[in-house]
Amino acid sequence: MNSSVGIVSAQRAIFAAPFTCKSGAVLAGFELVYETYGSLNAAKSNAILICHALSGHHHVAGYYADEPKNIGWWDNMIGPGKPIDTNHFFVIGLNNLGGCHGSTGPSSLNPATGKPYGAGFPVVTVEDWVATQAMLADYLGVQQFAAIIGGSLGGMQAMQWALAQPERVRHVLAIASAPHLSAQNIAFNDVARNAILTDPDFHGGDYYQHQVVPTRGLRLARMLGHITYLSDDAMADKFGRELRHGKLNYSYDIEFQIESYLRYQGDKFAAYFDANTYLLMTKALDYFDPAREFAGNLNKAFAQAAARFLVVSFTTDWRFAPERSRELVRALLHNKRDVSYAEIASQHGHDAFLMEDAQYLAVMRNYLNNIAQECAA
Amino acid sequence: MNANIIQARPDFAAIAQWIPHGSSVLDLGCGDGSLLRYLRETREVKGYGVEISDANIAACIANNVNVIQNDLESGLAVFENAAFDFVILSQTLQATRHTEALMKEILRVGREGIVSFPNFGYWKNRLQVLRGNMPISRDMPYQWYDTPNVHLCTLHDFEMLCATHQVEILARHVMSGLCTVRVLPNWRGSSAVYRFKREAA
Repeated sequence: MNSSVGIVSAQRAIFAAPFTCKSGAVLAGFELVYETYGSLNAAKSNAILICHALSGHHHVAGYYADEPKNIGWWDNMIGPGKPIDTNHFFVIGLNNLGGCHGSTGPSSLNPATGKPYGAGFPVVTVEDWVATQAMLADYLGVQQFAAIIGGSLGGMQAMQWALAQPERVRHVLAIASAPHLSAQNIAFNDVARNAILTDPDFHGGDYYQHQVVPTRGLRLARMLGHITYLSDDAMADKFGRELRHGKLNYSYDIEFQIESYLRYQGDKFAAYFDANTYLLMTKALDYFDPAREFAGNLNKAFAQAAARFLVVSFTTDWRFAPERSRELVRALLHNKRDVSYAEIASQHGHDAFLMEDAQYLAVMRNYLNNIAQECAA
Repeated sequence: MNANIIQARPDFAAIAQWIPHGSSVLDLGCGDGSLLRYLRETREVKGYGVEISDANIAACIANNVNVIQNDLESGLAVFENAAFDFVILSQTLQATRHTEALMKEILRVGREGIVSFPNFGYWKNRLQVLRGNMPISRDMPYQWYDTPNVHLCTLHDFEMLCATHQVEILARHVMSGLCTVRVLPNWRGSSAVYRFKREAA
């Protein structure tokens, strides 16, 4: 029953008209890479958009013919018979504007100069992503989404859809997310950015011309991020105080297993992720705050929302803690919007939203079953 | 389906009789969402449930009922004052630890409260106690050592709580199984449903 969507391939949509970002910066045009799974029904009522988080991309489910081990990042959630059932839904995953997996971003060539955008790429926001995702929806002939689903930063995009395009989304599933970052969260992001910005190989963002990559900064940024995605308990369980060579060496080399793990994760990430994309993704996280234009009143911000919401949090997630999800729930209740809230008991911290957990999958499956029935009706 | 539910839960119909069409309702300890679903289908209410159990959260969602995962015992902070026309606590009062505080929360969040609970004063219960055993019945189907019920009461007890806490009882419906009980309710009723509000200051 839990099978894969199978072989998938990335596609590309080209938007030639100038796009004005929220910051006022103008991109002459841009491209988005995306994948789709399942098929759009005749009424075009069964489309689901998957919004990715900081390091995600368009390859959400299935695998590539020439890379069978390259499985989509949310393959446990999406496929035939899975909670986001591709027998019922037309699922779209994309790489956001500013990304580094094929959509136009800082590492893309700027047609005006023939060189990579680098530091010249605008700082894009969650609002810009939703606007460009809406352009992709138009391109694919989707007027209204059955659901928009995202975890973490992806959840912020799903929320923003409900606020900016209320008539275009029937259900929002905001998972391990928050209506804005806390000061502590921004602080973590700033340390990560500083690691990159102060790397001698960063060259003010134009490192492409110097044929170098600010690997050290990116690696540190990822190591720090990774600590915040795991819970204290999960780390203790997985690594404890275990030593790599069984004894203390009185040196600064890798001794504890956790050090080995973090450095490995940092190296792996730095090998494929673009530092400028990391910077702008963390900025988009910091800036997102729909209450801002309502003098900090989240209730007023969500008066615009019409969608029904499923809000999910995880008990040991301290980066996007359950209390932050409850803020969103409160704003929705204030506005008498349909909302269900599930707080999943999990050991895995923020990362739990990507993992398999029976209760989490049951909640998602049951909620999406109802949506599938609405689409069929 | 609705007829079956009333067989299984006679207090549902008793509760529903007091709820006008289109009311807003909060169901505390809503289980699998059956009551909210029943009220939606028969009364077109705008409803939300509160549940702590994982299985019930998944079941409520399957029933297409709004549900908020929250521990009643830690209060109802997520809900605003007078947010609902009715706050319902069906067959849950006796299993709450901070019962007095919860009664206050019900009347903070709702304009009216509706509570149903098993009557400990029911004659069959009294008889079992007289015989020397804790009562076991259809409404209290537990052994003393595995019961979730920690605050059982009689109709008199509940009415005394209301009287001493500025709570005005608006209506009472006493039942024995599916039958309505009018004479000697604290003896003959196996369960009861009360509708109440805060006394005007």
